[in-house]
This record gives sequence, structure tokens and C-alpha cells, in this order.
Amino acid sequence: MQPPTGPALASAPESPPGAAPGSPLLRWQWREVQAPCLVAGWILVASLAKIVFQLSRKVTSVVPESCLLILLGLGLGGIVLAIAKRAEYQLEPSMFFLFLLPPIVLDSGYFMPSRLFFDNLGAILTYAVIGTLWNSFATGAALWGLKQAGLMDTGVDAGLMDFLLFGSLISAVDPVAVLAVFEEVHINETLFIIVFGESLLNDAVTVVLYKVFNSFVEMGPAHVQATDYLKGVASFFVVSLGGAAVGLLFAFLLALITRFTKRVRIIEPLFVFLLAYMAYLAAEMVSLSSILAVTFCGICCKKYVEANISRKSRTTVKYTMKTLASSSETVIFMFLGISAVDTSKWAWDTALVLGTLLFILLFRAVGVVLQTWVLNRFRLTPLDRIDQVVMSYGGLRGAVAFALVILLDGDKVRAKDYFVATTIVVVFFTVLVQGLTIKPLVKWLKVKRSDHHKPTLNEELHEHAFDHILAAVEDVVGHHGYRYWRDRWEQFDKRYLSQLLMRKSAYRLKDEIWDVYCKLNIRDAISFVDQGGHVLSASRLTLPSMPSRTSMSESSVTNLLRESGSGACLDLQVIDTVRSRRDKEDAVMHHVLCGSLYKPRRRYKASYSRHFISPSTQERQDKEIFQQNMKRRLETFKSTKHNVCSAKSKARLKKDGRKKQKKSAANAELPNGKPPRSVTWQQTAAVLVAVDSDDEESDSSETEKEEDEGIVFIARATDAILQGKKASGSLDVCPSPRIIPPSPTSAERELPWKGDRGDLAVYISSETTKIVPVDMQAAWKQSISSLESVASPPGAEPGPHAKTVAGPALEERQMMPEPRTCFQFPNPLLRSSRPQSAGSPERTEQPELQPLMAPDEQGRMSTAAGPGNSRWLIQFNRPARFSDG
Amino acid sequence: MGCQSSHPSAIPELEEIMQETGFSQASVVRLYDRFQALDKQQKGYLSKYDLQGIGELAVNPLGERIINAFFKEGEELTNFRSFIRVLAHFRPVEEGKSKETGRPEPMNSRLRKLQFAFQLYDQDSDGKISRDEMLQVLRLMVGIQVTEEQLACIAERTIQEADQDGDGAISFEEFATSVEKLNIEQRMSLRLLK
Repeated sequence: MQPPTGPALASAPESPPGAAPGSPLLRWQWREVQAPCLVAGWILVASLAKIVFQLSRKVTSVVPESCLLILLGLGLGGIVLAIAKRAEYQLEPSMFFLFLLPPIVLDSGYFMPSRLFFDNLGAILTYAVIGTLWNSFATGAALWGLKQAGLMDTGVDAGLMDFLLFGSLISAVDPVAVLAVFEEVHINETLFIIVFGESLLNDAVTVVLYKVFNSFVEMGPAHVQATDYLKGVASFFVVSLGGAAVGLLFAFLLALITRFTKRVRIIEPLFVFLLAYMAYLAAEMVSLSSILAVTFCGICCKKYVEANISRKSRTTVKYTMKTLASSSETVIFMFLGISAVDTSKWAWDTALVLGTLLFILLFRAVGVVLQTWVLNRFRLTPLDRIDQVVMSYGGLRGAVAFALVILLDGDKVRAKDYFVATTIVVVFFTVLVQGLTIKPLVKWLKVKRSDHHKPTLNEELHEHAFDHILAAVEDVVGHHGYRYWRDRWEQFDKRYLSQLLMRKSAYRLKDEIWDVYCKLNIRDAISFVDQGGHVLSASRLTLPSMPSRTSMSESSVTNLLRESGSGACLDLQVIDTVRSRRDKEDAVMHHVLCGSLYKPRRRYKASYSRHFISPSTQERQDKEIFQQNMKRRLETFKSTKHNVCSAKSKARLKKDGRKKQKKSAANAELPNGKPPRSVTWQQTAAVLVAVDSDDEESDSSETEKEEDEGIVFIARATDAILQGKKASGSLDVCPSPRIIPPSPTSAERELPWKGDRGDLAVYISSETTKIVPVDMQAAWKQSISSLESVASPPGAEPGPHAKTVAGPALEERQMMPEPRTCFQFPNPLLRSSRPQSAGSPERTEQPELQPLMAPDEQGRMSTAAGPGNSRWLIQFNRPARFSDG
Repeated sequence: MGCQSSHPSAIPELEEIMQETGFSQASVVRLYDRFQALDKQQKGYLSKYDLQGIGELAVNPLGERIINAFFKEGEELTNFRSFIRVLAHFRPVEEGKSKETGRPEPMNSRLRKLQFAFQLYDQDSDGKISRDEMLQVLRLMVGIQVTEEQLACIAERTIQEADQDGDGAISFEEFATSVEKLNIEQRMSLRLLK
């Protein structure tokens, strides 16, 4: 980069024509801002250039950005040279190593697919260590041979050590260049991780070789003792293992720190960057491999950090990291171009340049083929010819080599200028020529491309199962392979590390299957919200997250956020001031839901009595939606094996409607001042039961035929409620009370919807409605109940049960006045009502509930209730709950 | 890998085994050594108890099921031949050879591998993974941090996701479809068993 020493740059073209004479009003203070201004300026130029490049899709689809940037750098360098008459703004090694490289390495380490990385670690290490050693020595020795053969200019004053030194710096594959090119090529993951992992891990080898040879050259070859060689070998282990150890140490610290950042969410991302950078600097300080340190820090901390920090912080970390890495990369390539213009450092020797180019390509190919041949004996999926070609050809050199060659001491390494010129040519050749041609080559060779798809729950689950199976088989076979150790590690991690490094809440949440599940649910919910909540039945039958359908765009969610934020009566400000991020996000999610789902719910207050009073317009809408849903659902049923005849259903609907009306009329007559809210589910239950029994009476044979889960879940949910499950209101809506953040209670009170007085107040106890606002529960139930009322005959498990068990029970029930059971226990005082509802009402309702219950005994009710609940409700509570989880 | 390597001739039905499973002779010998090492009383067959003696299997969530997979329905013992037949599922698939026609499907084909996995789920062998079966597997595989309700949700969702014909259970075809993007040949192979 440009020299940071400000004053020295006074003669730069941008430098001002001196301060305005004697003007007190305005003073030209260029010198004071010069350094940062230049930095900002160059980054701006580079970024603008990126925009310009992207303007033309045609160009960028053919030419990698790195090539364009280098060319741009060349152009700018030329301009600078022409104006200033001398080269300015070089890529300074110190600048490069201290500021430009760390972000890129951190980014690659942090976002490294760790499973893939460790699965291929053997191959990566082989290529990184043995491959790089081979390349270095072979290239150095071959060049020395050229020199001995007299093919080189006599000006190239270098001995074997010099050539080996040069070989060491020129032979390392460069992570920046590899990343820049391969990211655009999209080859399959395995190949990518091998090439890229190699480029990261070979840093240790490069650093060691470079330092050792550099010291040898400085000592003079004559003074090198045998012990020095030994030291060199030893230093390899020290540098690589030490670098990795430093990285691990800082990863540990980082994870530990993020465990306690709950109250300072806003600076969470900072810790990630600071500690990773500290790891880099610490390793650099003791001359260990700093790239290894940051890489390992990134790989290892990710799991814990991601679990600890909030979702927003995660996004921040991600974007900041990408921004930093991308701008560093841009600047690096641009300055590579600019630096190349500086001919004062050049000393051209054709034989050296051509020889180097030839040798690095040749030896790389030879090395890859030989190592792959060996490795394939141990690999499950061998790397084939094509892979090898790509790997050989993908060995790009880049800025690391350039920075290292610039760092050479010109007094000691007399051929430095030649080396610089050669390095520049090599870098340009690999980045420009190979970078340009690798894409067509990959296409031409038909290299397996990566195919990205969102993981489905099945895949996740089965993958885990496969891993377990293989581990078990390994045990049976008595071979302690990689999987065995990974299993061991995972156990250790689970038992000790995770507990130490993760928040309790995060730790509980940490299960990959569960994670995927939550993600899918969030996606479903988003799409649900997206479609205005009218997809009730459709979403159920074809969940958007299922592989067949693509996920929705994010933007629409944002829009919804905005919209509902303004439309809803809730005041974000309130939460903003007090609560933790999670709660805020809960609130935001609530706004989303409120905006797009609630409307029917808001009406619910009216619709509580809707069954016997003339329906309002809103209510009609409500009904319309339901009818739509019902229709859609019925159609689906028709198309599937259930074959419900719609006429029947319609009839049923009518019947049902009548029933409901009757019931609600009765309800309304009850003179209790019970809040409607808490009644709703009861009512639902009652309605449901009624319908069910109706059907069973009329066409019980059909019930059996038309099995479907639809009804089960309601029935079970109701059951769960009736059981008064542990007084946790959330239980009936959210499948997992346990995953609720540890201290939600106090926070909840601050949440806007909790403060909603009146109708809601009753339902809100500290434990209730953690996630799904009551409104919604009710809405759900309502919608479902009406759905069910239409499409109920396809009752799933309850079907058969209902018939067998419920037959007599139903008759009994009929004799009872229906409303009685319904209204016995909607109790306003929720807390106290819970036990009650668990007790007496359950007993009274037992007969009618019986048929609906899960086949299992009541003890397992919660389990049984789960699936049903989840089907419908989870789509809504997940997003809220997991908005930062 | 036993301490003393058995002579190939000591192995009963060596030829047939190699023919059937596709293992090389060296692999068969190695597995036979292992078989004998597991068979501590030199009975010539393994009981479930022998396999349960493998310490690591005890901590494998699916360990019990995999042990059971070595034994045919209702049988308590397994001889070397059926032992190696089970292991043959995990032999890596060779490129090119898989296309051979006219021969019975090799033990290590993708289909067989999947079938093996499927039967671990499908405990009552009715050809379907029911919700209960799914729940059981999940209970085994998911840590205690996840509650029953969550498990139930996951099970439900998993079934829903894979269930194409709407019968609330996952048939083998549906199972195969749901994992078709995974590289089963690789995921379900042990390099060791070449």
C-alpha cells in the first residue's frame, strides 16, 4: 500500500499546492489528513472500480475480478508514474502483512466449512507441507541448475541458497489469489477445500523456509552449520504448531468472552475482530505462522461464537468480515498492479523468468500427481485426473510472494531486483493467464461443480445417522479411524467445551437437527407472512422450505417489518430502551406477525360472539379466508387418496356452523364476565369435539377411511391444554418451553403486547404466551377449528380410536348439555385456573376427550401433543423465539 | 486386527464369501481375525453380548440398533458369514465396476446401503418409518437438551418433509428420495473395508 509516512508523500500528485497564504478563514491542512485520506481514497477508487466492472456482466463473467483489478492497478500506476515521474504507492510488505492480509485470512478461516476441512485435513496437510517443500526445493534447485548451466545472465548474482530462498517464496500457493479466482469458478467443495486449505496452511512452510533460507543467505552459505539445518527443521514444527496453538488459545478466549456479552450486544462483533487480530499479531510477534493462527482461531471459535452472539451480531460479523476481506483483496490486487509499474526495482532476465514460470508449473503438476497417487490409496473417494489438473493449474501465486520478495534485503540478496521482476511476472502470469483460463478449463473438463441446496431436515438427520452408523461399524471392525476420533472429540466437546464456552441458553439450543428444524420453520413462517397468511392449508401441504420450492426473498420480510411496524399499535421505542436484543427481536417479530396475521385475530374479540350475532364485515373476511382454505384443503384431499366428497363436507360445514352457533349462543348467555380470550381454546375444543362426534355418528365408517392428521393435532392440543400442562401457557403453543431464554419473565413484561391491557391481560401470566401472542393462538385455533369442521372427517389416529373407544362415550356426551363442559373452566385467573382445568374439567370432559386422545396413555400426552401443535403453531412461534436464537 | 493373522485356509467358505461380498482376501482375513477376537470364547459365532462388549458401541446412540442389524430376525447368534455380509454394505463402491450387468446387485450398492440405513429406522420392518419410529430414532440421536415436544416437532416435520403420498410415514422410496442429494456411496463406505 502507499507509504503511511505522511510527510514523505508531499510530492505526490494529489498533494496540494501549499496552504493558502494568510487566510485565517480556511486553512489547507493536507499534511495532517494525508495518510488516512490517501488510504480512504484508494479504497474508494478500488471500490468504485468494482462497481464499474460489475456494470458489464459480460466482462465479469469471463474475466475474474482480480485480473481486472490488477490491470486497473497497472493503469493507475502508469498514470501516477507519468505525472510524478516516479513510482509511488507501492504495496508495502508491512502494510500488507499487518493490515491487508489478516481480514482475508480471518474471513476464510471463520467461514471455512469446518466439517469439510477436517474431513480432508489429511490431503490438505500433505499438499500444504510436502507439496510446498517439494515445490520450493525443486524450483530453487532447478533454477540454480539453470544458472550453473550458464543460461542466465551474469548479472544474476545468486548462489544455491539464494535460489532456494527464491524458490521458497515463489512456490507457495497464495490464499488471496486462490480465493479470488476459485470463488468465481464454483468447483465442487472437495476440490475447493483442498486447494484453498493448502493455500492457507502452506503459510507455515513458506514462512519457515523463507526465514531459514533468509538467515542462511545472510549468514553466508559458508557459515551454515549442520545444527542450523536441524534448527530449520525444528523451527518448522515450532512455527506451525505454535501458530495453530496461538490461534486455538485466542479462539478459546474469544469464545469465553462472547459468553458474557449478553448485556453488551452492541460490541459483540468487535470482540471477534479484535481477538482474531490479536491472535494474528501475537503470532507475528513471536514469529510464528500468523496465517495459521488466524485460520485456526476462525475455524475453532466459530461454533461457540455463533452460538453465543445474537443473530444481529452474527449478521454484523458476517458482513463486516466480508467487507473487510473484500476491500483488502481489492486493494491488494490493485496495488500489485501499481507496484509492477515501478521499473526501478526491476531487473529483467529472460532465462530466469521463463525458467521460473516453467518450473513452478511443471513441479506443481508433478507434485500434485505424485502426492495424489499416494493419497488416493488412503482416500475413500479418489481424486481423479481432472481434479489433479485443476489442482495443478489452480496453484496461483499472489501478493504474499510479492510482499516476501520485497522484504528481501537487497544488500544480502544481491539478485533481489531480478527476483522482484520474476515474482511480479509470475504473479501476473498466474493471476491473469491462469485466472482467466481456469474457468473455461473447468467447463471444458466438466469438473464437478458445487451444487448448493438448503439442507432439509431429512438430510440432516440421515447424515447424522450415517455418521453414527459408520462409527459403529468402525468399532465393530475394530478400527479406530477418523470417525472414531471425531466421535470422541464431539463427546468431549459436548461434555466439557461447549458447557464451558457456551451460554446455557445457547448450549441448550445447540443441536444440529434442531437447528435445521428451526431454520426451516423460520423460513416457512416468513413465507407464510409473505403470502399474507392466506396459505394456511397450502403451506401445510407443501411447505415452502421443502426442496421443491424455492425460498422467498428477504426483501419482502423487511417490507413487512416496516409496514407492520407503522400499522401496529405497539411502540418499539419502549422496548428499545430497556430490553435485551432478544426481546427486541421478539417485539419486531411480533410486529411482523401482528401486521400480517393478526388482523383476523384482532377481530376476534368481536368474533367471539360472532356465532350468534350478525357477522361484521371483517368477520366475513375471516370466514372467506377460512372457506378458501377449506376449499383448497378439500381439493388437496380430493387429489390425494382421501377422496372426501366436497358436497359432504359442505353439508358438514353447515351442520358444524349450526352447532357452533348453538354453542356460542349458549356461551354468550352465560353471565360470567370471563374474558373471551381464555375461552377461545376451550371453545375450539368443544366445537371440535362436537364436529368429530357428529361425523362419527353419521359416517363412522368413512372416518376410518379418511385418515389425516388434521384433526389429531387439534384434539391432542386440546388435550394438552385440558390437562393443564404445568401451568405453562406456552406449552400448548410452543413445542418447547425449555428453549425459551433463561430470564424471559421480567423482560416479557416490557414487551409491548404483554402490556396490552384488557382482553389480553387475563391470559398473560409470566409464563404464558411467551412467544405466540394470545391473539394468535386464538386465531390459530379458530382457523383450525373451522378448517377442521369442514375437513374433519379425515381424522387421523383418533379415527379408529374414536370409533372404538368413543362410541358409547359419545352417546353419553350427547345427553349432556354441550355448553356446560365448554364453559366450566374458561377461568379468567389463569394461574389458578390451570390446576383447575387440569383437575375437574378434565374429569368431566374425559368422556368426550377420550376418543381424541393419542393412543398412548396420558403420561405421554405432551409428546403426542407435540406433532400436532407443531404442524400449525410452530410456524409462528419459531420466528419470534428464534429471532435471535 | 488380531494379534495373529489367520491363514486364509482357516476361514470357512472363503471363496463364497469373497464372491458374495466382493471383499478381497486380505480384507476377509482381517475381518475374520476381528471376528475371532470378538468371539472371546472361540464359539465360532457371535452373540449380541459379544458385540455389546465393544466399549465404544455403548456410547454410540445407534449402537444397539446396529448390533441388532447383525442378527437376523429372532436369532441370537451370527456366524462369520452373516457377520461379513453385514459389513459388506460398507465396502466402498468402485468406480466403473458398478455398471456390470447380469450379476446380482452387489452388497455395497447405493440401494443396499440405503436399505441398511432404512432398516435401522424401520424397527418393525413394515417397510415404513412411522412417526413413532422416527421419534425413537430422534430420541436416540438428539441430546437431552431437546425436549420431547421439540423432538415430536422434529419428527413430525421430518416425516412431513419426506412424505410424498401423505400416509404419514416414510416408505423406502421416500427415504431414498429424501437423501438423493447426499453422496451415499461416500457417506456409507469405510475405506478400511476395501
